[in-house]
Amino acid sequence: MRDAARKSPQRAAALPVLDAEFLADPSGALFWPSENLLVVADLHLEKGSAFAVRGVFLPPYDTAATLAALGNLIGLYQPRRVVALGDSFHDGGAGERLDSGDRRTLATLQRGRDWIWIAGNHDPAPPAGLAGEARGELAIGSILFRHEPSAARGRGEIAGHLHPAAKLSGRGGSVRGRSFVSDGSRCVLPAFGAFAGGLNVRDAAFDALFDGEAGKPVLAHVIGRSAVYAVPHRLCLPD
Amino acid sequence: MQKDAYLRRRPANAGVLERAVTDPDLELPPRFLSWFVARGWAPRRHQLELLGLAGVADSLLIAPTGAGKTLAGFLPTLIELDRQKKRQGLHTLYISPLKALAVDVHRNLEIPIAEMGLAVRVETRTGDTSAARRQRQRRDPPDILITTPEQLALLLAGPDSQTLFSSLRRVIFDELHAIAASKRGDLLCLGLSRLRRIAPGLTATGLSATVRDPAELQRWLTAQTTRNSSAALVVADRGAAPDLSILDTAEHLPWAGHSARHALGEIYAAIKGAKLTLVFVNTRAQAEYIFQELWRRNEDGLPIALHHGSLDVAQRRKVEEAMASCRLKAVVCTSTLDLGVDWGDVDLVINVGAPKGASRLAQRIGRANHRLDEPSRAILVPANRFEVLECRAAVDAANEGAQDTALARSGALDVLCQHILGMACAGPFDAGELFAEIRSAEPYARLLPEQFDAALNFVATGGYALKSYDRFAKIKQTADGRWRIANGRVAQSYRLNVGTIVEADLLKVRLVPGGAKPSASYTGPLRRTGRVLGEIEEYFIEMLAPQDTFLFGGEILRLQGVVENEAIVSRANADAPKIPSYAGGKFPLSTYLAMRVRRILAEESSWGALPGQVAGWLDLQRRRSALPPADQLLVETFPRGGRYYLALYPFEGRLAHTTLGMLLTRRMERAGLKPLGFVANDYALCVWSLTDVGALFETGAMRLADFLSQDMLGDDLEEWLEESALMKRTFRNCAIVSGLIERNVLDRRKTGRQVKISTDLIYNVLRRFEPGHILLEAAKADAATGLLDLERLAGLLARAQGRTIHKALPRVSPLAVPILLEIGRETVYGEAQDETLAQAAKALVDEVLADSAPGRPELANVSRLGNGRPKPATEPRLRESASPKGTPPDNAGRRAKKPSTSRRASGPRR
Repeated sequence: MRDAARKSPQRAAALPVLDAEFLADPSGALFWPSENLLVVADLHLEKGSAFAVRGVFLPPYDTAATLAALGNLIGLYQPRRVVALGDSFHDGGAGERLDSGDRRTLATLQRGRDWIWIAGNHDPAPPAGLAGEARGELAIGSILFRHEPSAARGRGEIAGHLHPAAKLSGRGGSVRGRSFVSDGSRCVLPAFGAFAGGLNVRDAAFDALFDGEAGKPVLAHVIGRSAVYAVPHRLCLPD
Repeated sequence: MQKDAYLRRRPANAGVLERAVTDPDLELPPRFLSWFVARGWAPRRHQLELLGLAGVADSLLIAPTGAGKTLAGFLPTLIELDRQKKRQGLHTLYISPLKALAVDVHRNLEIPIAEMGLAVRVETRTGDTSAARRQRQRRDPPDILITTPEQLALLLAGPDSQTLFSSLRRVIFDELHAIAASKRGDLLCLGLSRLRRIAPGLTATGLSATVRDPAELQRWLTAQTTRNSSAALVVADRGAAPDLSILDTAEHLPWAGHSARHALGEIYAAIKGAKLTLVFVNTRAQAEYIFQELWRRNEDGLPIALHHGSLDVAQRRKVEEAMASCRLKAVVCTSTLDLGVDWGDVDLVINVGAPKGASRLAQRIGRANHRLDEPSRAILVPANRFEVLECRAAVDAANEGAQDTALARSGALDVLCQHILGMACAGPFDAGELFAEIRSAEPYARLLPEQFDAALNFVATGGYALKSYDRFAKIKQTADGRWRIANGRVAQSYRLNVGTIVEADLLKVRLVPGGAKPSASYTGPLRRTGRVLGEIEEYFIEMLAPQDTFLFGGEILRLQGVVENEAIVSRANADAPKIPSYAGGKFPLSTYLAMRVRRILAEESSWGALPGQVAGWLDLQRRRSALPPADQLLVETFPRGGRYYLALYPFEGRLAHTTLGMLLTRRMERAGLKPLGFVANDYALCVWSLTDVGALFETGAMRLADFLSQDMLGDDLEEWLEESALMKRTFRNCAIVSGLIERNVLDRRKTGRQVKISTDLIYNVLRRFEPGHILLEAAKADAATGLLDLERLAGLLARAQGRTIHKALPRVSPLAVPILLEIGRETVYGEAQDETLAQAAKALVDEVLADSAPGRPELANVSRLGNGRPKPATEPRLRESASPKGTPPDNAGRRAKKPSTSRRASGPRR
């Protein structure tokens, strides 16, 4: 872990899935150095404005915040390809509400690299007029990228959808943070969006995915202030 | 219950009555006078004076408990209603801070009305009033309506508020001192300004216990249309001086802690000797502990009960009824019994722990002998040596009748936002007119036009610089420029979310049978059958891991898990709870008492009034180091166990000290001084580090003045606020009160858990993108006096400039012992994030090394593993993250640490 940490100023941590050596970045993204590929899940762009439609005026800056964080990552890793693992847009009206400035920012991020919008339950298709390729899934070697993790086809699967967050307790009280979950055979990414909440990794939804069949320990890779900490899943607390 | 609290028996000298009769302005109508005489009572001077002011001017009555405040407030109304020929609609509105108090007042008011045969209709309207009755009250209002601040806000936001209140003549605010300087008071005062607009002729009357600065309340009661508008003041005669003592224990007086365990035998004896005793404590956890321990000693089987805000309402009502019917010998309670309701013949008040404020103590003492002419009897039981000083200061203050100074504050902006929306629900408004109306309320008298505009914009569209929500606006300007709500749903939602009290998120505590079900392997759903014991703060439960034990409702319970908004618990067969408590004193030491404590310390001549153990302790401090002078800050440095300690004695309260501790460790870390942790209590702050900071002061390598310079309130503070859990909680409250986040959503109830997660995210984004937003301003203002107490910290740092004494000592000083003993007992929540994560990650490494860890895996074991002294050479990350916050790395962690061994409680007898 420490070796991997040295490579990156952000202290990314190694997160292998089958034979693919991913790096878990403390921003909540996965980077695949050998493919020069960056993976982010559940951006939920325009979630703030989706609430505003219902009269709850959350700050209209979540899209800008999420894109800024994504911009930092892209600057850091300079990926050739970016995979957005679905639920990139909070709802069907997100494209219409997307601010022109944010639209430009996104276009700048997309320039010069392949961009893949995996379909999510919130966004079966990306908004019209955006660059990037829309797909249901993406397979590279033994790795399969999709939005919702499946109980059946787990090996090599990289997914989002569940917004995992882990709760840990120690001397300083308890801490709840976004988290990757992996057993070395598959991985669920935390949500990347600025307004995306979290589901406790001890929730039953994770049990079916990580049933110990991989033979390796299930780890929660919990995101701290500037590092990712690997913790045995069973040491994480329920809410 | 015979309630004669209003009025006292006719005194031997009936001078008051004679004066009343001779003064034509202060005359009671014959019907009323004969009622007084028939009861053998005489009207009191203040009752007549208030009568003289009725209809003439706003008035503030200051009277001690038992002086007949309530009747004084109602007399003018009853007389006017008796005179009037035909019913005119709602005449008087009576606002009480507590639902229970409203009901109590109503019951007591019916007595004179019935006995004098007055044709006056009184009704109560609280959250418990049925919808049908509320409807009817709007259509056909009573003469006198007794209600709460929240109900008033709701009535004012109704479309019929104009007709309902147009006949209003008087508004009475009971226990005004308890409401005025709070967000609830802000909303209430805004309501008053609206009432004045609807019924320009009305007069307001405030009823208050003794306060240090009545002028503030006088202004609160009056429209601030001209400078120095203020209500007339009526002060009742002081009652008999209280009989106050500090328990002079025969036992060894503890250095630290809040349990008062040493004094329990003496407390029990005092209870035995009295008729009915109220035992006041400062926190719920303390109440639980004292209750349990008293029962352990209860060989006589005395009926002793427990009363605190977390217990189930039905259970509390039962205790109150038992008190009223004299079936109890003692009640252990928290501030839930502080206020006016008077439930029984209490003849002794025992205050365990320090009273924290002079006014609070006066209020509690007043619970004993609710009659003016007899002295109240109270015993203060300090739980440790510092508390002896504080109790001494409080007793001196009470004997002088001195009170705490209320902090000057201006009206909260989040409350303003809520009010503006409420006014839009009442009907379309003109912004300029509403601004003028709001400025007539005292808390908002200095409100700037731009602040009002920001609040208005916030209500309309969230008030963001980025104008992207205009088309979703909640209130819109019509063609004539007036603001009206966009649709009916807005008003509906306002009604569901009115109020300024954001309770800590509470979880119901549900007791499920089968404490025997221990299996960690059981993964099925938790059973939810069983009775609800009461409610508990969510943040306390968040600190626990499943299977941890804690005290609640006088029992030791084991947490099984949390399901939705319920903490599922079972009875534990444990001797002592694993998690002893979650906070020291809930209220920080008041500024006024702090000043008096400093004075006692500095004046050796006053030590005669202190117990010998304490005077000896202070004398030792004087010889070994120095006593903190009244107007200077004492700073001590000393080595201990390979660490260097820095102790400060500002006496500014736990909250301000904790904030200072956060900022100092941050600053020390940046300066490379390797701070390891800190601990704060109401009196002192202690920071420890790997670097000898004292030596740096001595050699002049660092100046103490720079170390404590005020500029830490600049960047250091800003940086810390970024991640402070306390700040996030403060922000969350503002988000809820302002209406950004709805507590209650139309169809389903969104639980606090969901709300909290999202407000943290909102806070992060808003701070970054619009740091000047009105909600952040509101949160900052709250932080100044609330959980962070920045105001007192700023005062402390200003006072310390050039007025510090540094003592470099070879070893720990006597004064520092109590604070050092608190190390490891109190955790500073939420601030040690990465340390906790690193601990857990380290556990993984340890597990790999020895993969056969016995027993059930839980972090309790893990943190013990992580608690060994860090080895900097081999574990760079651990060392780095074991830095400043929270508990020291060389100390047993909270979870690993057993509570004091003597707590082998066997549970209360039932």
